[in-house]
Amino acid sequence: MTYHRPEFRHPELPTNELGYTRKHYEGAISTLCAGCGHDSISAAIIQACFELSIEPHNVAKISGIGCSSKTPTYFLGNSHGFNSVHGRMPSVATGANLANRDLTYIGVSGDGDSASIGMGQFAHVVRRNLNMLYLVENNGCYGLTKGQDSATSDIGSAGKKGTPNPFEPIDLCTLALELGATFVARSFSGDKDQLIPLIKAAISHSGFALIDVISPCVTFNNTATSTKSYEFVRDHIDATGKTDFIPVQQEIMADYEPGFTQEVTLHDGSVIHLYKKDEDLDLHNRLSALQAIHKCKEKGEILTGLLYLDPDCEDLHEIVGTVEKPLRDLDEAALCPGSKSLDAINQSLR
Amino acid sequence: MKPTDIKDQEYFHKVVDCQYACPAHTPVPEYIRLIAQERYTDAYMINWESNVFPGVLGRTCDRPCEPACRRGRVESEPVAICRLKRVAADFKDDIQDRLPSAPSSKNGRKVALVGAGPASLTVARDLAPLGYELHIYDEQAKAGGFMRSQIPSFRLPETVLDEEIGYILNMGMVTHFNHYVDSLKALLNQDYDAVFVGSGAPRGRDLPKLDGRQEGDKSIHIGIDWLANVAFEHINKVGKRVIVLGGGNTAMDCCRTARRLGGEDVKVIVRSPFEEMKASAWEKEDAIHEGIPIVENHVPLEFVCEGGKLVGMRFEKVSAVYDDDGKRSLIPTGDEPVLYPCDEVLVAIGQENAFPWIEEDAGLEFDEWGMPILNPETFQSSCDKVFFGGDSAFGPENIITAVAHGHQAAVSIDLFCEGKNVNERLEPGSSLISQKMGIHEWSYDNDVTTDLRKVVPLVELTSALQNRKLEVELGFDVKTAFAEAERCLNCDVQTVFTDNKCIECDACVDICPMDCINFIGNSEEPELRQQLRVKANNQTQDLYVSGDLNTGRVMVKDEDVCLHCGLCAERCPTAAWDMQQFYYEVTKAAPLS
Repeated sequence: MTYHRPEFRHPELPTNELGYTRKHYEGAISTLCAGCGHDSISAAIIQACFELSIEPHNVAKISGIGCSSKTPTYFLGNSHGFNSVHGRMPSVATGANLANRDLTYIGVSGDGDSASIGMGQFAHVVRRNLNMLYLVENNGCYGLTKGQDSATSDIGSAGKKGTPNPFEPIDLCTLALELGATFVARSFSGDKDQLIPLIKAAISHSGFALIDVISPCVTFNNTATSTKSYEFVRDHIDATGKTDFIPVQQEIMADYEPGFTQEVTLHDGSVIHLYKKDEDLDLHNRLSALQAIHKCKEKGEILTGLLYLDPDCEDLHEIVGTVEKPLRDLDEAALCPGSKSLDAINQSLR
Repeated sequence: MKPTDIKDQEYFHKVVDCQYACPAHTPVPEYIRLIAQERYTDAYMINWESNVFPGVLGRTCDRPCEPACRRGRVESEPVAICRLKRVAADFKDDIQDRLPSAPSSKNGRKVALVGAGPASLTVARDLAPLGYELHIYDEQAKAGGFMRSQIPSFRLPETVLDEEIGYILNMGMVTHFNHYVDSLKALLNQDYDAVFVGSGAPRGRDLPKLDGRQEGDKSIHIGIDWLANVAFEHINKVGKRVIVLGGGNTAMDCCRTARRLGGEDVKVIVRSPFEEMKASAWEKEDAIHEGIPIVENHVPLEFVCEGGKLVGMRFEKVSAVYDDDGKRSLIPTGDEPVLYPCDEVLVAIGQENAFPWIEEDAGLEFDEWGMPILNPETFQSSCDKVFFGGDSAFGPENIITAVAHGHQAAVSIDLFCEGKNVNERLEPGSSLISQKMGIHEWSYDNDVTTDLRKVVPLVELTSALQNRKLEVELGFDVKTAFAEAERCLNCDVQTVFTDNKCIECDACVDICPMDCINFIGNSEEPELRQQLRVKANNQTQDLYVSGDLNTGRVMVKDEDVCLHCGLCAERCPTAAWDMQQFYYEVTKAAPLS
């Protein structure tokens, strides 16, 4: 009897620009339920970071409490991690980011962690446009405490206990759009082809990037009556289109039909291509995104894919004009500029 | 691709690489697990039923299983399967009460076995429990054939050989030792219902046309004959300087034996490059370890004699050149021929079949190379009551192949004597049984160790070279055997996929350490192989393809480097994956169970 992941990996595993294989981006073996959507999301994060050739020691993973918030243990085992208080991931992420702006920040949260106890924190981190990937692993229930309905559970949806949820759901994507988010996407844990390019784009975006990932809870919310089950989501999924993420300096190979694609160049020079299903959707227009989401909802469908993106936004550092270096790199001269500087400041306040 | 038909037992049989590669299809992972459980006798009996000579083969097998071992594709070296077999033989209890016995009342059929080597002994082992009266003929005083005459005692102690041959002979059969069969017609004229020919490939190749061959004859010996003479103690010394010609395992046995009979300067000289010698890598290592240089790329030119006495051999230096098809030719380098002085030469450059005792009008057809025309499945010759097996069937192979032939020939002989069609044989038996015991609990040890292959300890070199009967390899002790057994990946515990249970949650894909599992759109095999998470470049390994899933995709698993760790089944929420032990048994005339 054993529950260890063997040390061996495929001898022909591809390597990235750093010479690393996927193994270098793995974490500990998951202790979540077998078949949990969250594990697929962890695998997608591993794949995205591998493909982006991110150095694992330059990543900080921050989470709150819940099944979702356990998952940073299961990916990027060589990165920094902070498992914080319930719903308080945004505060810790903000603090860390302000102290060291050079790291890549991946915040993992759940529907309970973000849409209930952490709602206030969520709202403000969106407003401030903190440069991070904020990934919600949204299963519509509290899996860690026997599957009670969460705030994102659709009205009428019933999990394993069988009682339909009587309350209106919170849609984190529309909320984020209202609050000024600069990158908003929705995806499904069972669709890595869509999720991986979205994660890569979100990490490359300099600003706040929300991905709300529907992630079925196999134990409590994968019933025929639930709107967050594998089957229901697969039957009702719609996508804004196929997203392609093209890293800096890589030639664009795909051949798109004119008029239906929208191309967005990110700050770092990488390019996002959206091969759109709906010609009316404009990625730079919040109203268009909100309309598309609501239109789908009326049809009983779930709109996934990239919904909104503002590549030219200012992130929190730029808005408040912080120092350009991480705090740890500031020397004594920068930290204690001396009495002349103090005088200058005092003078400016007179 | 079409969904894989796992009801076809050959599919999972092929996944068990070691068993599939073994000519006798010994259930290797099963006996290795039994060794890990300290059930040595049970491990021995599984071997005994399948390969008849576990103690012999655990020391001398050509090990086709080891190059096939999946572990060798995952890390540097395969499991030491062969030496684990010896562990089962070394540590077993008395097995007498587990052996089949011949019934006291016979079935009235008589079968003659020509030659008492591994093929004939296997036929005897399979037919005796069925009540056949067996007459076994051999020109030597004892049974064993080339196992006795060609394999030196320092590799295979006589006691081991006697014990395992004894199990068969003790079932009761009429032995005609010191009896060279010189006429098939005479044999056929007796009242035998069938004749099995297991007379081996008895003729060693010579270099008759080389200058000096006649003059130096006294000091030039054919390798296999010389080894037989040593085994039967007709020869007990050799000159100080010995040249062994040839690059096969017989050459290795010759040179190592020469070292023990007084040879101080013993060399192996071979035509081909070192890497292409026919000898197994481990046998070359053993020879080099005993201070025997192997000189490559030297083609014999002449035996150099002075005053009617051999004083050396002259060689031409060559180098190997390959054409576009990879065909090799040995091209002279143009250097001066080299003289190697020596007192004796052992010629071990191959052996051939010879049937001088089978008359042309005996009713048997032979092909242009002098080999009997046989049905390769039934081993029946053109004379329906004569069957062949071992080296005499298709040319020189090895013990395990002879055993495999013997089992199948015994099935044919039994069918033939019963008046049935020898082509209508029972299918091999197989079973597939779930190993799930509970959460995180399997009835096999699914942890994959990173231990490297264990080395078999040897006796100290000086004492080894003083006594040709002292066994060089000491074998694994129980502790090392356990550690080595744990290296086995349990490839017989199969990953069985039930498509209608799958909810496509990707849990198996995410957990699989070897990236074997894929959920993708179906296409033809060559395209599919290129589209997997890691390209399936090993064409010898199959793809396991499911039926269509709900999303229209299929599950495709590349069997190549699967560790059989069971994590896919562990992480599957619906038990669409299960780990099931596959047991495959070759059809035999008299199975044990």
